[in-house]
Amino acid sequence: MGKKVRVIHYLNQFFAQVGGEEKGGAGPGVKKGAVGPGRVLQQALGDRGEVVATLFCGDNYFAENQEKATEKLLQYAALSDPDLLIAGPAFKAGRYGVACGAICRAAQERLRIAAVSGMDEENAGTALFRKSVYIINSGSSAARMAPILQRMSALGIKLAQGAPVGKPEEEGYIPRGIKRNEFAAKPPAERAVDMLLAKIRGDPFKTEISAPEFHPIKPAKPIRDLASAVIALVTDGGLVPEGNPQRMEPGRPTRFTALAVDGLDRLDPDKFDVNHSGFDTAYANQDPHRLVPLDVARDLEREGVFRKLHDTILATGGAHAAVENATRIGRGMAERLKTEGVDGVILTST
Amino acid sequence: MEIPVVQICTMIPVAKEVGSLRVIPSGGIVSPTGNPALAPNEEKEFRRNLVLSALRALQEEL
Repeated sequence: MGKKVRVIHYLNQFFAQVGGEEKGGAGPGVKKGAVGPGRVLQQALGDRGEVVATLFCGDNYFAENQEKATEKLLQYAALSDPDLLIAGPAFKAGRYGVACGAICRAAQERLRIAAVSGMDEENAGTALFRKSVYIINSGSSAARMAPILQRMSALGIKLAQGAPVGKPEEEGYIPRGIKRNEFAAKPPAERAVDMLLAKIRGDPFKTEISAPEFHPIKPAKPIRDLASAVIALVTDGGLVPEGNPQRMEPGRPTRFTALAVDGLDRLDPDKFDVNHSGFDTAYANQDPHRLVPLDVARDLEREGVFRKLHDTILATGGAHAAVENATRIGRGMAERLKTEGVDGVILTST
Repeated sequence: MEIPVVQICTMIPVAKEVGSLRVIPSGGIVSPTGNPALAPNEEKEFRRNLVLSALRALQEEL
């Protein structure tokens, strides 16, 4: 049997027995040995590991001072020369979950130690950290503290000892989106047909590649008075100034650009290019209005159909966009258009 | 404050899948707001009608 794994345990103010919600502002601290749920963690570890210290911080303090709190907690952690950080479980508590995720990631990156947290799938910390941190799916009920800590410690010991880690469903962690090659007993065609037959029979089956999930979007309120509205043109079709001076990506975009069109009646093909790796851009390069309808939008502005055409066009090259990047780019565009007083957007996509 | 967006695009099912709520079918992949087969004045008229549809969609209560 290997040497005992030195474990540090992160808890919020409540579980560390500092106090309830009123102590949410409490700063980072450290206690020797196990505290509160730490005793259950110690039982789960058995003789494989020892809880050498408990780190804690108020949830509000952490949320408001994430960098400072992380820094201080890492300093405390380093004093104990740990092999493994166990954070939480935080169950449904969002601020606690975010703190657990942040401290786990920081410990992995900066102390180079293994880290495991536990949270509900719907915890805000799960969305933020599931790709970088092993998070045991705790469900929402704190009544499951003991079995969840058992899973967290089992996975933590494996990580700390460098033992191979099983799949999410075997270990109980939330999928991190990591793909690993493995040998299958049957070729893909047979596996696909097996899945299809299972689906038709109504038997359970598991897809090998899960599609990204898109959350429903709340509809924005419509424009009430078009005649007084500012309308912006946006495209994911890769409109750029001639020569693409900003070196915008033609695909796999990470950013967007803003093209000034104040006072322009038309998009001159000699002054604009279409730079996109996902479609034949010849037609749009001949006449950029085939991608962005500036000419008719300007006409409609003059006719008073709407009050003003926004003075910039926002553009990105949307081919093969990673969902995360696309979301970030879209958010950036929306924030900019909001501050610039735009009332409605016409987005053109190839 | 939130801003309504209307998307003029070809792949309507994809637009819906990712959560686009106001969608206008476009002139095609290579020319969303045009149609190279039309004469220039007809093409502009086609584009104007697309944009007018888009503006109507921005005024729809969902």
